[in-house]
Amino acid sequence: MADVDVRLVNVTKMFGDQTAVDGITLDVSDGEFFTLLGPSGCGKTTTLRMIGGFEQPTSGLIELKGEDVTFLPAHERDVNTVFQSYALFPHLTIFENVAFGLRRSGIKGDEVTRRVGEALELVQLIGYEKRKPAQLSGGQAQRVALARALVNRPAVLLLDEPLGALDLKLRKQMGIELKRIQREVGITFIYVTHDQEEAMTMSDRIAVMNKGRYEQLAGPETLYERPTTRFVASFVGASNLLEGKIGSDGDSWTVTLPSGDVVRAPKSLGEIGTGGAIGVRPEKLTLLEPGQESKGNRLDGTVVDTSYLGVLTQYTVEGAGGLRLLVSEQNVDRTTRSDTWRPGERVALTWKPDHGFVVGDSKSA
Amino acid sequence: MIAFLRRRPGLLPLLLLAPAIAWLVAFYVYPAIQMLQASLWSGTLETGFAFSWANAATYPEALGRYSDQFLRSILYAAVSTLVCLALAFPLAYTIAYRAGRWRTILLFIVIAPFFTSFLLRVLAWKTVLGDDGFLLGPLKAIGVLPEEFRILATPVAVIFGISYNFFPFMVLPIYVSLEKIDRRLVEAAKDLYAGPARAFQRITLPLALPGVFAGSLLVFIPAMGDFVNAELLGSVQTRLIGNVIQSRFLVNNDYPTAAALSFMLMAGILAAVFIYARVLGTDELESGIG
Repeated sequence: MADVDVRLVNVTKMFGDQTAVDGITLDVSDGEFFTLLGPSGCGKTTTLRMIGGFEQPTSGLIELKGEDVTFLPAHERDVNTVFQSYALFPHLTIFENVAFGLRRSGIKGDEVTRRVGEALELVQLIGYEKRKPAQLSGGQAQRVALARALVNRPAVLLLDEPLGALDLKLRKQMGIELKRIQREVGITFIYVTHDQEEAMTMSDRIAVMNKGRYEQLAGPETLYERPTTRFVASFVGASNLLEGKIGSDGDSWTVTLPSGDVVRAPKSLGEIGTGGAIGVRPEKLTLLEPGQESKGNRLDGTVVDTSYLGVLTQYTVEGAGGLRLLVSEQNVDRTTRSDTWRPGERVALTWKPDHGFVVGDSKSA
Repeated sequence: MIAFLRRRPGLLPLLLLAPAIAWLVAFYVYPAIQMLQASLWSGTLETGFAFSWANAATYPEALGRYSDQFLRSILYAAVSTLVCLALAFPLAYTIAYRAGRWRTILLFIVIAPFFTSFLLRVLAWKTVLGDDGFLLGPLKAIGVLPEEFRILATPVAVIFGISYNFFPFMVLPIYVSLEKIDRRLVEAAKDLYAGPARAFQRITLPLALPGVFAGSLLVFIPAMGDFVNAELLGSVQTRLIGNVIQSRFLVNNDYPTAAALSFMLMAGILAAVFIYARVLGTDELESGIG
């Protein structure tokens, strides 16, 4: 990876006696699309605001391009922010909104016109220069906010849930656009969101945050295929977690379920510790007739719910001891609903041990 | 009634406006017409008044005779407005952004004087500012101020009185417009390399201008017509156009001159407001806020 752009060392932020951010340490590389993902109140926005200079850490160190900026005020940092509500200046035209940062850094005349033009072109808003923010749609305002930040060519761009106020279709469209723009300008993006799908599609790396710290920091694939905590397993995508008595058998971890069934996962998937569990994603499970032969992990159960979702069908299967598992099957061989498993039918659930994952002792759960 | 309105929804606004229009016609338009008529009278209370368009000469005559008081009114009103603005903006800013849980209490203190009668407040200041009152008396006794020093009966006292009395009308609109400003805009300005002073100049101040505009009008307009402060805190040298109108009407029974002066005062205020609106460019501002 390239140089480190942003470094947080043991950063903690307290509001009164509430810990918002609890000793975060991380490096963001130059040109990376880095995402802080988590539910509301997990400390992701506070972390972003400390990088932007709007909050000061209670303790810890923040470096920007190797320089300590922990106590540098926002206006002296080479960082720009796209705010959640855009925060466009209502009394200024779009041109003056975008030119604001340039003028403050002493750039004048044609240079301002040229760079504002470039920025508006980048976000495809040429021709809107003379309008006021009130005359824009949500998507357009979002683009202006982006242009206003990018025009300054900051070392790092901070984005605080920038797509939160848009409707679903526009959000997906803007997400793709954001990724394109980030590749085009090559600026480091630090992105805050609670939407795991948004995070997965855009990010190079994601820190999944919970209760003021991050539980796992990895690329989207690793987060999905190899979540290491219960929280990550359930926050990023859907998971079936199999809890029980933990044991070891050669190269495999074993979990003996309350029903007496034993499931396995290779030790190479990670440490299970003393309080961990084996997990498996719904689409990794295969449904068979009760009598059919299979290899790998196997559990018997009854279908209790069937939901046809077009591209796939989702089943809830209840196993022995009330254990409920979520199964999704791609609708490849089927063309009508009559081919699906019906509630009440007995089935066998199977999956390859190395398609599962292992969560360890949860730090916070 | 409701069914009738449902068939003619266009009538609803008229219906809602009707009480206000009736009020204005009865208590503003009609008296104004009467005044206009009175300004074109000639004669005295004893001989009776006669109307004639030829009496329009009363206007230039009155203006010539009382131009000093007119100019003094404009000057005092303008200075009072500036004094109010200079004191009110920092106060409104503090209440809006820095007061925290004290906000409501501070706002209450600002309007608290309204719970006492206007006259009483002016009279109270007359005592406070008196030549040997408890403000000046001790200072004179210890020799900080010379014996002949006075505030009462000077222009300072009149301007002070006007500023004091209309101060809440400046604070409240400025407070409201400051309070409405999204603080994230200031954060955004700082994010875009504006220091605190620049962020104030470029963001907070322009967005607070509608409040400054409203407050200035609410102070300037009544200040132009003031006569109580000049009467009670001032002297013959601080007589304002309001005092002239009041004495022409009620002391001298010179209704034509009083009416003519009233009309010219109204015209003067309207002209001043118009120019002020032009200078501040309010429609520009409104479109920005909207």
